[in-house]
Amino acid sequence: MRYVDEFRDPARARALAACIAAEVQPGRSYRLMEFCGGHTHAIFRYGVQDLLPAAVRMIHGPGCPVCVLPVGRLDMALALARRPGVTLCTYGDMLRVPGSRKGTLLRARAEGADVRMVGSALDAVRLAEADPARDVVFFAIGFETTTPPTAAAIRRAADRGVGNFSVFSNHVLTPAAIMNILEAPAVRAIERVEIDGFLGPAHVSVVIGAQPYEHFAEEFGKPVVIAGFEPLDVMQAILMLVRQLNAGRAEVENQYTRAVTRDGNAAAKALVAEVFELRRSFDWRGLGPVPYSALRLRAAYAAFDAERRFAMDAPPAVENKACECPRILRGAARPTDCRLFGRQCTPQTPLGSCMVSDEGACAAYYRYGRRARALEAAQ
Amino acid sequence: MCHAVPARVIRVLPDEEAQVELAGSRKTVSTALVGPVAVGDFLLVHVGFALGRLDEAEAEATLAALDSLGTAP
Ligand code: SF4
Repeated sequence: MRYVDEFRDPARARALAACIAAEVQPGRSYRLMEFCGGHTHAIFRYGVQDLLPAAVRMIHGPGCPVCVLPVGRLDMALALARRPGVTLCTYGDMLRVPGSRKGTLLRARAEGADVRMVGSALDAVRLAEADPARDVVFFAIGFETTTPPTAAAIRRAADRGVGNFSVFSNHVLTPAAIMNILEAPAVRAIERVEIDGFLGPAHVSVVIGAQPYEHFAEEFGKPVVIAGFEPLDVMQAILMLVRQLNAGRAEVENQYTRAVTRDGNAAAKALVAEVFELRRSFDWRGLGPVPYSALRLRAAYAAFDAERRFAMDAPPAVENKACECPRILRGAARPTDCRLFGRQCTPQTPLGSCMVSDEGACAAYYRYGRRARALEAAQ
Repeated sequence: MCHAVPARVIRVLPDEEAQVELAGSRKTVSTALVGPVAVGDFLLVHVGFALGRLDEAEAEATLAALDSLGTAP
């Protein structure tokens, strides 16, 4: 496929690896956080870490929407799915995520709940139109990439007067999370995760543009390089970060120029702003409450807001205490630090959200990390 | 969950939709978020929507920069 194969070319990868190795300064370490689970996945799938000098260490960030959804919100979706008359639609990844007491949407479905997997939010609107007797709820999750599609679905339902469609919004914002990682004082005091620079999100940035990161580079003095999801993109962005750090610069640079502009997708941003507004605070698994980090429907679209439509209470969630996802999501632990990893917890039998999605650090370690683990053990 | 894939427009459909080819299969996607498209355009597609476009000249420039790595630091 064009725009894919040429960015996976092994010869170019070797040239890049040689360049990075030649440019890292002796005695210096480069701790780089890849925010996105998509980058984590690429790093493991293509063995990028193995091509990097020991001085460059990749720290996996919280950019996996399935992973950061707090158990309590999943419990709310489970309760919604079990209501008579409700059809709950969501993306495939959500079906196997364990909530309290290991309950999943798949299990709710086996027990008789009407849970449907959809490939697009518009499919949920179509389902609602086809069956006016059912209350069709779209359980929406994701960062800035899935938010515009959800907004488009809400607008379509509003335009067509689809009264039996609503959205349970769990959309979260990337810049707020990056800011939290950099400044959350409570977390920092207990477990300092030193980060020298960031690999910025690829497709989130297609939507929001490069501009929102300028603030971090300036205020926190950390370089950010927006990177595509192919292995050469990741490696080129690492080289750009190494060069910035060597030169003492902290700027926003864009490696993924074939898709990302400074301002992003104006139409998508305008649609999101019309339908959604900021929540004061939202809980992230691993990060805790993060101010102004999530979206809910504006009052004008209240009729389509599942949280206003159904009395949804949030009973206290029961976390699996042995699951290390929260610390992994902060970059403070690695999947192999979890005693359930690869034993009780595997992609077939996930006990935590980080093992469910392809973008989760545990799933990436499990699927592709054998070599990396062996190297780690040897060190 | 945030991974869009490159797709080529093979037919422009009414109601802000297009048929695209991605990874060997054909799919109908909404182009409401990217505006009018033409056959041959490359889009980034995710959860049934085109989220952005791919710029050929920029892609070439990136590859050219990679190819000159050995020669110029
Ligand atoms: S291996 Fe499983 S239980 Fe352990 S941290 Fe990862 S997802 Fe949680």
